[in-house]
Amino acid sequence: MDKPFAITLNPGSSLANHTGSWRTARPVYLDRLPPCNNQCPAGEDIQGWLFDAESGGYEAAWRHLTRDNPFAAIMGRVCYHSCESACNRGKIDEAVGINSVERFLGDEAIKRGWKFAAPARESGKKVLIVGAGPSGMSAAYHLRRMGHAVTVMDAGPYMGGMMRFGIPKYRLPREVLDAEMQRIVDMGVTVRLNSKVDNILEQMKSGGAGGSFDAAFLAVGAHIGKRAMIPSGDAARIVDAISVLRSMEGEDKPLLGRRVVVYGGGNTAVDVARTVKRMGAEPIIVYRRTRDKAPAHDFEIEEALQEGVMVKWLSTIKQAGDKEITIEKMALDDKGFPQPTGEFETLEADSVVLALGQDVDLGLLNGVPGLEVTKDGVVKVGTDLMTGHPGIFAGGDMVPAERNVTVAVGHGKKAARNIDAWLRGETYAPPPKHEVAQFEKLNPWYYADAPKTVRPMLDIIRRQSTFDEVQGGLDESNALFEARRCLSCGNCFECDNCYGVCPDNAVIKLGPGKRFQFNYDYCKGCGVCVAECPCGAIRMEAEEI
Amino acid sequence: MSAQQTVKFYQTGTFTVGNRLLAPEERSVQANMQRTNSINSGHRACQGCGEALGARYAIDAAMNATKRQLIAANATGCLEVFSTPYPETSWQIPWIHSLFGNTAAVGTGIAAAIKVKRQKGELREDVRVVAQGGDGGTTDIGFGCLSGMFERNDDVLYICYDNGGYMNTGVQRSSATPPAARTATTMPVGPEPGNPFGQGKFVPAIAMAHEIPYVATATVADLRDLEAKVTKAMGIRGARYIHILVPCPLGWGTASHDTIRMARLAKETGIFPVFEAEHGEIKSALAIRRQLPVEDYLRPQKRYAHLFGKKPAVDTIARIQAIADKNIRRYGLLENQH
Amino acid sequence: MLKQCEGSHAVAEAVALCRPEVICAYPISPQTHIVEGIGEMVKSGELKDCEFINVESEFAAMSVAIGSSAAGARTYTATASQGLLYMVEAVYNASGLGLPIVMTVANRAIGAPINIWNDHSDSLSQRDCGWIQLFAETNQEALDLHIQAFKLAEEVSLPVMVCMDGFILTHAYERVDMPTQEQVDAYLPAYEPRQVLDTAEPVSIGAMVGPEAFMEVRYLAHARQMQALERIPQLAAEFKSVFGREAGGLVRPYRCEDAETIVIAMGSVLGTLKDTVDAMRDAGQKIGVLGITSFRPFPLVAVAAALKNCKRFVVLEKSLAVGIGGIVATNVRMAVTGMGLKGYTVIAGLGGRAITVKSLAGMLEKAGRDELDLVTFLDLDWKAVNKQLELEKTKRRSGPVAEALLRHAGIVGARNY
Repeated sequence: MDKPFAITLNPGSSLANHTGSWRTARPVYLDRLPPCNNQCPAGEDIQGWLFDAESGGYEAAWRHLTRDNPFAAIMGRVCYHSCESACNRGKIDEAVGINSVERFLGDEAIKRGWKFAAPARESGKKVLIVGAGPSGMSAAYHLRRMGHAVTVMDAGPYMGGMMRFGIPKYRLPREVLDAEMQRIVDMGVTVRLNSKVDNILEQMKSGGAGGSFDAAFLAVGAHIGKRAMIPSGDAARIVDAISVLRSMEGEDKPLLGRRVVVYGGGNTAVDVARTVKRMGAEPIIVYRRTRDKAPAHDFEIEEALQEGVMVKWLSTIKQAGDKEITIEKMALDDKGFPQPTGEFETLEADSVVLALGQDVDLGLLNGVPGLEVTKDGVVKVGTDLMTGHPGIFAGGDMVPAERNVTVAVGHGKKAARNIDAWLRGETYAPPPKHEVAQFEKLNPWYYADAPKTVRPMLDIIRRQSTFDEVQGGLDESNALFEARRCLSCGNCFECDNCYGVCPDNAVIKLGPGKRFQFNYDYCKGCGVCVAECPCGAIRMEAEEI
Repeated sequence: MSAQQTVKFYQTGTFTVGNRLLAPEERSVQANMQRTNSINSGHRACQGCGEALGARYAIDAAMNATKRQLIAANATGCLEVFSTPYPETSWQIPWIHSLFGNTAAVGTGIAAAIKVKRQKGELREDVRVVAQGGDGGTTDIGFGCLSGMFERNDDVLYICYDNGGYMNTGVQRSSATPPAARTATTMPVGPEPGNPFGQGKFVPAIAMAHEIPYVATATVADLRDLEAKVTKAMGIRGARYIHILVPCPLGWGTASHDTIRMARLAKETGIFPVFEAEHGEIKSALAIRRQLPVEDYLRPQKRYAHLFGKKPAVDTIARIQAIADKNIRRYGLLENQH
Repeated sequence: MLKQCEGSHAVAEAVALCRPEVICAYPISPQTHIVEGIGEMVKSGELKDCEFINVESEFAAMSVAIGSSAAGARTYTATASQGLLYMVEAVYNASGLGLPIVMTVANRAIGAPINIWNDHSDSLSQRDCGWIQLFAETNQEALDLHIQAFKLAEEVSLPVMVCMDGFILTHAYERVDMPTQEQVDAYLPAYEPRQVLDTAEPVSIGAMVGPEAFMEVRYLAHARQMQALERIPQLAAEFKSVFGREAGGLVRPYRCEDAETIVIAMGSVLGTLKDTVDAMRDAGQKIGVLGITSFRPFPLVAVAAALKNCKRFVVLEKSLAVGIGGIVATNVRMAVTGMGLKGYTVIAGLGGRAITVKSLAGMLEKAGRDELDLVTFLDLDWKAVNKQLELEKTKRRSGPVAEALLRHAGIVGARNY
């Protein structure tokens, strides 16, 4: 075309004009730490595996999840999912049902027979793990993945530790527990059951077939029920909660009579009460404070109440007799502590179950040089979970920490990383944490409205009489729905908003999985991309002028 | 939620530009890696320009809908000035700027030429025409030509990018400037500061009165809705009109990063009704998702700063709220909420 | 083919023979019959492959024309008077963008006072708009100039106004020789635009041009008119070879060979002038006529050449540059700069005032004796004018001038006119 001078121009020629020079501040992409990940005691990359699940890549999601925690199906049932309390979606409608999706993935893995791969290379190092509970088996899994030879020894007859002896089967069906334990054994982990370790140093030396162990991880749990001094007649039947729960796993079910008083307000107390209810007894929980002060999770108390468990709040047991107990009414003082009132009441009771907490059996540590024990009767460890004795690490309920399965599993991973470093003569340095993606960094407009999917509950009659699992799982369609409710806080999920909203086409889309890049030749620094990024994955930084 | 939404995704929501979980053909035009960028980088629009964004959204969608067989006529104004200062143009399509007030007619002429060329077999492609301008070039000086194009039902899609004033010449009042707004010719002084109440015109309603096949409003805050409307418009023959609200950081006195947010607030408060009409009848309206008081929309804008002085102009704000409430009633903006 | 028809219809038919593709129509007297005629041809199917658009104003007419021409269609419209003024912004734009639109201007006065009759005020108000302006003397020439205009416009990529006197030509029934389609096709090739809105080769037309290039753009517009100055005589010659008659060109001298006085004019008044000159020649006066066909570009060299042997010239024009005098005269004076000629400006025929042979003869005889005022208003009613001027001297609020003048002229009130 014989174009007229100046008035007619070639298409797109404004590329010659680099408007980036106008900028006083520049957008930069960053990753922030999602609050769920930040909260997870097991250090799961929750957002990461939800991302995989969103597109229906369940195996990829499960593999992503199990990089940090091998027990998806167990977690999906027994984890108290503090991640959901931290979830930013809770500020929009309801938290993402992370736990439900985790369970779905765990169940899917069992159903489809997904296995862990054996390590590609053997390190030649041998690690002894004492205790086949959540912490020990988690450590075994991680250490094995790192190529170490792992032997797990446990005093009990089954793997699972407190997951088996402390959690009733209506919350954690045993076939699920067995499946996730066996999957670790299948990686080439040696597990020796009914093998109590009495002296850790000797056990390490005596090693196994290949000589002595190079390191040890102790995770024996806290199995000794705490006793309380209750004046009682000879005929009074007083047992501890852990024994009751443990005996549920054996042939001989405990004989507690019809009226069972459970003393305590923690999760174990609730577990015992619900267990005996299912055995046909009439449990009544006696707790000295109020429901909102009880350490048990409220949903567990709620479920127990639904099932017909009775509770006496603000009550202490003063005396236990043959067929009855005496309780004293309490009242909370200004500081929230219960104080006796002098009012008494009598309750029918065939037995009293004490659910007052557990102590650790530290017998195996006798004579270990350097090892220290706290005044609470647990083992002192450093931030690397190593005890005062080099090469001996400890975790789970036997170290100072919150006692639950997820914390224990987290200890297993953390210990494994530190042991692995220690075996190489190094110190494990965790990567620096990104800043947490607070709700204020998000632009929640872009998330369509979608309330949480409620998992089905077993009907009340069956809950009162059987040990069938109370809470059902999600099916695929609603697990997918639930996964897609994730906001991806702080991490680009390739929603294309920045690419779309830039008035200057200064965002380059790099393609699936590759995210985006700013074209600073043209970016004028308006900041629309930052304002409209749903998940807070862009930040403005002042230009140096 | 937009009528065109068929799949509900929650994390990646329907409100975002892209969605990795959708089939490629269901994704937005703007999400495409190979999108046409009808207005190329290097244009001289202000930082955070709503019009630059709205125009690219609309014209990319039209290019996509016509398989790039598109010609645009452009009125004088910001869009023209920032996109085509000699020696560079940002446009990727055949584009012509003639005058401030004649763009609809230029569009008519192009469409007529295409029709003849097609009849004669000299043009194989079904080339379509878009005419576009700002609110001054549309609702004021260009209104005669626009109305003429409408009543003849010429095969032109006219797109008005409404930022509520003559921004290019330094923010003067147009017939699309909202009541109480400060402009250089409606200063916030005297007994009724800012633009008077009871004036101005809403051209989408006037377009509907021409009974043309398609009239729609949209904002830069809801891309998918905007793209769906442009795509729909390009599937129709005859005169079509789309009126897009494009916030102007300069004229509104808002932060450059708030451009889309302001458009969203305009829609969510009911100040700017987003709807579609066919042959003079309203067919659907985009429901308000989270209703907000107009104050939330007014307060961030310096053009309304005089309403929020030491003694807030409660009565004036109430009058503006009444306008929003009327829109909500008239267009049913609280119906069919999701 | 010879036929007796109205000037407007002759033009309509000629335009149709040029195979226009887009025509914009807006009614204004005295142009209306032209677009009516073409409209009927399009509607009946006689003129195929042509879009006939009834627009809502002259501004829209020119704007639609800009769009269609830029999109590669041969485009035509027609207007007059107020209509031309209403489209002025677009008129400038069409030439600025170099779009070869052809437009008939059926010359008519400009108000106020509103007046529908002929003079050249409308076209001449647009003398600097960048369009080529060709003036027709007869209906035949109007017809022929349209055919040439399309060819010229498209070759030099500039719009062309074909100016013909309103009513005097547009509404006059005369015999014309209407060419055949074959002849027109042989003369006028298909339109090949210099620039076009084409999806296969996109461009941005109508950029904003700043001080760094604006003068060059303006100069190039001027240069293209200078090219047109060369092409116009050639096109007239080519036209003659196809159609066998004279039409167009830059200027047309009549009996100028040994003339001492040459009267210069444009349009239909040339016929009356030629009759007057014939009579004066018969009476032994050495007088001739120079018709200007191309007012823009203005043929400075051709005018100078035509006047080189005379002693004086009289420019008779149907336009008035209020405050100075003639418009055409000013242009002619530029052509004869330094030639030492006496020159007279005669303003005549404004608003349709009849120009009679008698008045012309009297005026030209006076000119021949060099007794003519430098600026003369032919047949002005001095009595009425002077009375009004007197009135205005004594009374601040003298009322509407036009109405007062009509009252003086014996016509009772303008509203009855």
